[in-house]
This record gives sequence, structure tokens and C-alpha cells, in this order.
Amino acid sequence: MSILSVNNVNKSFAGLKALNQVNLEVEEGSVHAIIGPNGAGKSTLLNCFVGRLIPDTGTVNFLGQSLLGITPHAINQAGVARVFQTPEIFGDLTLLENVKIPTLAKRDGAFSLRAWSRIDQDSLVTDKAEHILEDVGLIEKRDILAGSLSRGDKRRLELAMCLVQDPKLLLLDEPTAGMSRADTNNTIDLLKRIGERGITKIVIEHDMHVVFSLATKVSVLAQGTVIAEGAPEDMKGDPRVQEAYLGGAHL
Amino acid sequence: MTKQPTARNDLLLMAVFTLAILTMPIWAAPFGAGYPDLLQKFAIYGLFAVGFNILFGLTGYLSFGHAAFLGVGSYTAVWSFKLLSMNVIPAVIFGMMTSGLFALLIGYVSLRRSGIYFSILTLAFAQMSYNLAYSVLTPITNGETGLQLAIGDARILDNMFASEAATAIPATNLFGIEMSGYPGFYFCAALLIIGFYIALRITRSPLGTILKAIKSNQNRMNYTGLNTRPYTLTAFVISGMYAGLAGCLLAVTDPLAGAERMQWTASGEVVLMTILGGVGTLLGPVLGAGIIKYFENIFSSYNDQVLHGIFAFLPDPIENVLVAITGLFVGDGWHLTLGALFMVIVIFLPGGVIEGFTRLYSWVRAKVKQDAGGNSVNNGKSQPQSAE
Ligand SMILES: Nc1ncnc2c1ncn2[C@@H]1O[C@H](COP(=O)(O)OP(=O)(O)OP(=O)(O)O)[C@@H](O)[C@H]1O
Ligand SMILES: [Mg+2]
Repeated sequence: MSILSVNNVNKSFAGLKALNQVNLEVEEGSVHAIIGPNGAGKSTLLNCFVGRLIPDTGTVNFLGQSLLGITPHAINQAGVARVFQTPEIFGDLTLLENVKIPTLAKRDGAFSLRAWSRIDQDSLVTDKAEHILEDVGLIEKRDILAGSLSRGDKRRLELAMCLVQDPKLLLLDEPTAGMSRADTNNTIDLLKRIGERGITKIVIEHDMHVVFSLATKVSVLAQGTVIAEGAPEDMKGDPRVQEAYLGGAHL
Repeated sequence: MTKQPTARNDLLLMAVFTLAILTMPIWAAPFGAGYPDLLQKFAIYGLFAVGFNILFGLTGYLSFGHAAFLGVGSYTAVWSFKLLSMNVIPAVIFGMMTSGLFALLIGYVSLRRSGIYFSILTLAFAQMSYNLAYSVLTPITNGETGLQLAIGDARILDNMFASEAATAIPATNLFGIEMSGYPGFYFCAALLIIGFYIALRITRSPLGTILKAIKSNQNRMNYTGLNTRPYTLTAFVISGMYAGLAGCLLAVTDPLAGAERMQWTASGEVVLMTILGGVGTLLGPVLGAGIIKYFENIFSSYNDQVLHGIFAFLPDPIENVLVAITGLFVGDGWHLTLGALFMVIVIFLPGGVIEGFTRLYSWVRAKVKQDAGGNSVNNGKSQPQSAE
């Protein structure tokens, strides 16, 4: 069964066709990689899934429900979490607070007034937040301000912020960019582990090592169009893919 | 590392704060500030700034129109005195209710924008209220004269229990205790302590953390499943009610209300207080309010005669020049001093007076450690605690 189905989606920016008749079926429980050269429209496509952009035409359905015109916070509450290409975190808050926010959002909904209880005495939230920081290896830094983290650590923090919500669909826009080889491998392990929890993932990656270690299916996007789709092994040697990447990343 | 304040730290903070406020008549006296009128102002504007900080410091929305809520609070309080009772309790309750409703309305519209557009919208609303108070709304506000008490006011509740008609305008009171002088100060002080405690609880609560997160990254907030609009509106209404309460207390200690209380300079003043003391800190706004009201009181009372007295020891020509120059900064010109002070703070201490204390504290600590000798560096915590 597909958890997300995208039909004939088009999106233009002032004449530039960023997405051109995109079709995509994401199977529940799969790790679906989207690869393609810079400017292919990968991030734009994700923007259409989280309510940041509305496609000009076409449909996006999540678990049978249309996502078009739904506010970002409502889409998140429905079970879609996203890691951005440039990390979006709360720079002025500590790491622990950063993870507590999505924990609260998951538990209390889009709006709830808890103005009198102390957040540091909310053991449910604290435990969950600490646990996830441990999972991503950031627990020692729990009390420092997130803005001072390295780029790689910011990514891992953002990943933790998404994972703590136990989303049904996790969108990852280049989750290992800016990480060392060792950190990349840690992240792959982490993503594999959460794969066991049955979270469906869409991963945008330029690092083919990551793609081939994680993905169960690969879609290749070039100039706003899906030019090839299939199992990772099949995509490796596909001439169309080589063509699209010519001068771009290495396959 | 930022040390997170625990419940015990906060209890200590509350205890020290309460003690400091209640003993203010004693320790403010040597500074020439130990008289009730000024002490009342400290408490009232402290409350105003504490509430303002919930919106500005915590949530990151800079309102330039909060004086409107101050004005609404004052008008409501005076009307409560006129119609219901000279008891201050109904005045405070109604004042907070009307300012809260007013804030809900203005906040609902203004919060559709953020940043500078939000600030301009609040400024526009406040100026509108100010102008309306002078024109269309004169039946409610009594226009330029301002709303005042009269012997013949209805005072329904009071008159139900009174045996004979009043022969003079009665004083505002708390179940018989007149709200002028020190009792008036202690009433304001009690509300400041309660207001401070509520602000402390909000800051440490999930709501407070969410408000801080909104200030930090509104974009991440949306994609994290939280609807920011009702949260910012909550912060706006809460801070509007604080302002309304402060307005009530102005009327409690001096029962009249005028539109000038809503003027943009009054809105600007609370911004200055908060920044001067330390945006986003708990104590900062109270300190900022105290400092501004204190200097306003001192500098605005100076006049050329006082200055001549100060510089009398100098030869006449020099004395005259000095008086001419410093004369610009005192009396009505004291805002010039305020402006200069504000610039110095913003440039050298963007975190306000609180940041100054924090820096001083860590400097002294480092100094003490140095003097104690390099071999015992490792005892105790080495992190400077952030003062709040
Ligand atoms: N908000 C926008 N306004 C105008 N043009 C945009 C906008 N967002 C994306 N584009 C353009 O759309 C095209 C696709 O961009 P997109 O960010 O989706 O590429 P991408 O595949 O994610 O590339 P990369 O690998 O570099 O992240 C680019 O030409 C980009 O300049
Ligand atoms: Mg991209």
C-alpha cells in the first residue's frame, strides 16, 4: 500500500518549471530515495508535501487524504516530519529544549495551554527527549545552546526532533550533508534502526553510499521530471541516470 | 553550558525578590527615593515591564502600542470607582478584563504580521485609541480634561451600604484602607510580587518554552506541528492584561485617567525599560522600570537654580556655560539624558543591566579564583551562572 501518492504535480517559479508532471508512489515501510543533480527540483517536491508550497496542478495524497491547502502544522500533526536541507533548529534554546518542543507538540497537539507546570518536572517529556538525544549521540551536549553546534550536529539534532515524534512519514533532505564519514555511518545506522520501527522515509541524497545502504527504491529526478525509477541496483547502471548526472555528482 | 534554573533556584529568587520589594521603603530612602509616590511608580511600571517582557522578551514580538492597554486599564478603573465602588478590587478585576479583551482584538489583527509590520500595526492601533479618546469617545473618556471622580458619582455598591450621602469625594480604598501613601505602595507591591511570580511560572512552563521557540525559529515551529498564532495571541493578551493592571494601579493611587497615558511615548518608555534592564530576563524589566522612573524623578526635578547651586564653586562665566549645557539634560529635557543612557546601554551592554551584572559577576569570580592561586582551580563549578 502506498502511504504517499503524488499525481501529475507541476510547479513553476516565474516561468521556471521546477516540477513537471511528477508522479510518485511511496510504499508504506519503504525507504524511498530521490536522487538527481542540483536544481532538479528535489527540495521543491518535498516542499509540496509539507505545506510550504502548493503545486500549481496535480494532487498529493497522504494516507488517502489530500495535503493540498493543509497548514504545515496540521500536516505534521497528521504524521509527517521533515529534516530540512539547511538545518532548522531553535538556535537560542538548549538541545534538550529543542527536542522537548516536538515532544510537546506530539503529546499536547497543535495548541495547548500549559502555563503553570514546570517543564523540567515533566518527566514524561524529559525522559523521551533525553532518550532520543542519547540515540543520536548528543546527550552530553544537552545543556548547550543549539546555535553553537557544528553543522553535522545540527542535522543530527534536527533528526532527533523529527524522530521523537514517531512520524508515519519522515522526509530527509540530505541528512548527511556536512557530516564526516564516521558521522555519516552513524546516521545510516540510526536510520536503519528506526527503519525497524516501521517509519516510512523519503531520503534525498547526493551521497550514493547512503542511498545504496538505505534505499529500497530509487527515483531519479532531473529538470523537474522523474526520468527513472526502480530498485537501487538497477539504477546504478541505468544510462539515463548516468546522463542526468553527467558533470554532476558521482554514481 | 547554560545552567538551567531549578525549582529551588526559583524559590530563592522569589524570596529575595519579595524581600527586596517589601523593604524598598527602607533601602530606597538613602537614594532619595523613599517616599510613597515614587515607590508606587516603581511597582506599577515594574509590573507593566514584566508583562511587556512576556511578549517582547519571551516571544520576540516588539509592540509599540502597549500604552493603549495601560490607558484602557486606567479608564476602566476610574469608571469602576464612579459607578460601582471606591474599593479597588472591582476596579482591578474589570480593568484587567477590559484590557484583556482589547488586547485580544488588537492582537488578533496585529499578529497576522511579524517583525516590523507587527510593530507598526500595534503603534497604529495605539495612536488610533489615543485619538479616539480625544474625539469620538469623549463621553467615555471626558476628552482633554480627563476622566475624574465627582461627589455625585453613582457608586452603586458603596451607596447601598452608606447611611448618608457623601459630602466629599471618597478615597480609593481596599475594604476601608485608603490607597494613598504607603498602603497604596504595599498594594502595588503585592501585585508586583504576584505578577512577577506568574511571569516566572510562565517562563518555566511548557508554554514559556514554546514562546521562546517561536522567538528563535518560527519556521521550525510550523513544521513541528505547533500552531504559532494562538500562542502568540496568548502572550499578547497576557502582556496586555499586565499593562491594564498597571493602568488600574495608576488610577488606584491617583484616581484620574487621561488620554496622554496612551500616547506613543508611553509605549516607547516600556520598550526602553525592558531593553535597559535586559530583554528576556525576569528581573531586567523590573530593574529597567526602576532605573528609568528613578532618573526621571531626579533629573526632571532639577532646574537652573539647582544647577547654579551645584556649580557655584566655579567662576561665574564657566558656571554659566556649564549650567547652560547641563540645563538641556534636566527638567523637561531629561529625555535627552534618557536617550543618551539608552544609547550607551544598547551599544556597550545589549543585554542590559542584567548582562552588566552577569559580566561583573564572572569577572569577580575569575579574579577571586586567580588570587586564590592556580592550584585550586578545580574546586567547585567553573561555569558562570547566568543571572536572571
Ligand atoms: N521559492 C523559490 N522561488 C524561485 N525559485 C525556486 C524556489 N525554490 C526553488 N526554486 C528553483 O527551482 C529549482 C529547483 O530547486 P530545488 O531546490 O528543488 O532543487 P534541488 O533538487 O533540491 O537541488 P539541490 O540538490 O541543490 O538541493 C531551482 O532552479 C531553484 O532555483
Ligand atoms: Mg535541495
